[in-house]
Amino acid sequence: MLSTNALSFAYPGQPELNFADFECRQGEHWLVLGQSGSGKTTLLHLLAGMLTPTSGSVILAGTNISRLSGKAVDKFRGGHIGIIFQRSHFIKSLTVEENLLLAQQLAGFPVDRSKVSGLLERLNIVHKLKSRPDRLSVGEQQRVAIARSLVNTPKIILADEPTSALDDLNCEYVTQLLEQQAMEMNATLLIVTHDGRLRNRISNQIHLN
Amino acid sequence: MNILTLSWKNLKNKPLNLLLNLVLFALGAGLIILLLLLNHQLDDQLRRNQAGVNMVIGAKGSPLQLVLSSLYHIDSPTGNIPIAKAKPFMRPGHPLIKTAVPLALGDSYEGFRIVGTSPDILELYHASIAQGQPWQHPFEVVLGSGVARSTGLKPGSRFHSSHGFVLDDNLVHEDADAFLVTGILKQTGSVIDQLVLTSPQSVWEVHGDHGTETAPHDSTAVTHHEGADAEPEKPLYEYEDKEITSLLIQFKNINAQTLSLPRNINENTDLMAANPAFELDRLFSLVGSGEKTLRAIAVIILIVSALSIFISLYASLKERRYELALMRVMGASPDKLTGLVMLEGLLLAAMGCVFGFMLGHIGMELLSGYLEKTYRYPFTGWLFLPGPELQLLGGGLLIGLIAAFIPSLQARLTDISETLAEN
Repeated sequence: MLSTNALSFAYPGQPELNFADFECRQGEHWLVLGQSGSGKTTLLHLLAGMLTPTSGSVILAGTNISRLSGKAVDKFRGGHIGIIFQRSHFIKSLTVEENLLLAQQLAGFPVDRSKVSGLLERLNIVHKLKSRPDRLSVGEQQRVAIARSLVNTPKIILADEPTSALDDLNCEYVTQLLEQQAMEMNATLLIVTHDGRLRNRISNQIHLN
Repeated sequence: MNILTLSWKNLKNKPLNLLLNLVLFALGAGLIILLLLLNHQLDDQLRRNQAGVNMVIGAKGSPLQLVLSSLYHIDSPTGNIPIAKAKPFMRPGHPLIKTAVPLALGDSYEGFRIVGTSPDILELYHASIAQGQPWQHPFEVVLGSGVARSTGLKPGSRFHSSHGFVLDDNLVHEDADAFLVTGILKQTGSVIDQLVLTSPQSVWEVHGDHGTETAPHDSTAVTHHEGADAEPEKPLYEYEDKEITSLLIQFKNINAQTLSLPRNINENTDLMAANPAFELDRLFSLVGSGEKTLRAIAVIILIVSALSIFISLYASLKERRYELALMRVMGASPDKLTGLVMLEGLLLAAMGCVFGFMLGHIGMELLSGYLEKTYRYPFTGWLFLPGPELQLLGGGLLIGLIAAFIPSLQARLTDISETLAEN
């Protein structure tokens, strides 16, 4: 489903980061662990096609996304990858529902209101459908971000430190949600984190150093 | 959720910025619309009221004043001229002159000028009687349509005139005979709508000039004029001891002789001749500099509003960097982001134009009441000039695009990985 081959990347004026090859099958859950500065976020951005590797390739659902043009990779990402960032950001001028509808539309899918409300229902946040995202608590925002990453039924879900801003209770809740939803969609889940609380939940682990 | 709705919601999310931008834009566009309308209507009115008059003859003074007072009825006359001196131009058979319409000014009713003249004036302004009869005897008057509407006078009504052109109860000619309305003119849209027409004899008589013809009269002597003056009237130019204010002259043809006639009159007689077209151009060049200044101010306001649109888009994009990166992550192409920001600029400009158009037209309509009171010309805000207004819309939208250009480029060049890696 997702594999890398001799992946490396260098920021201008900085030493090259080399990543060990790995392969995740469909439906598997993986953890990428490492200290700050070990290149966790860089790896996630490479996997999502937001950065172009200096060398090597990322094969996602049979497509070498490192070879796609800028426009094509935007389109591919919108349709196949759900991404959750460490801090959730939304289009401020839109409601929760509109943010999710926009995600469908930008990825080129038909707008499906019932799917959006169903998803929010499952994440237990449907009562915030018409709220502005900045009116929500951090935990609620993270749940909406998860909903947004799932709204196009992605083949792979990438999560960048999804729990680091959350207390233990919310951490537990969000992780459980992520695993459960990924399982229901049979999507590959890859969580990048340095959060020790997750270490024991997911056994497939990639260590960066 | 199309890109247009999204850009509108983004604008609406900053209501104060939106308001400032719209107010500035609407002010600039509105001022330009107002000037366009005012200029067009003033030009139109003055040209229409030129009424094919080639030359105005009157007492010496300012030629512009003579034209304004005799043709447009918006200034005081330069004085009176004796008919004895004007006679050569009034007599039929002058080789160059087609018509010579005499005007005797001096009185008014409720601010409307009473003009002692000959029925030829109706032809000049393409006017005709809508109700009643033309004036025939002294103290019979025909009202312009605007006068009839404003005063409520009808054929058969009587009124006393007052001296001068301003409304003042102390100046009413109580001792003179009352005027009798015999007819009302059709509306023409020209200055004749605002005039009270009568014979020059009426004006002379009101002013106690009872020298030759009229019997001594008292206030009850009104009936005396109806039918009593059955004696055949002599032509106006035979009243050599009387005065008129001016003559409106139409030439048979325009040729070298008619071109030099005004100068001949000015140099060789006590009279003054003025060319309305020439005086009008002079007036426009005088008024034009004021209008140019106002137009420059309007353009400056538009430039400032472009700057304001630019600054608010630029600042809001700085704040929305993360949003833009997010949209890219969700599948939006760089083109789409450019389009989004361009659309925000266009939307601001388009709404500013719409409000500006409303402001300009409503402003003109409000101003027209004041202008009509002052000049007694009809003005309106509900006149639409498709050519210039569309040009203004085009220019306005262009301003929006230019203001949005740099911010849209900035949106396009947002590095999504770098932006999203920031915390």
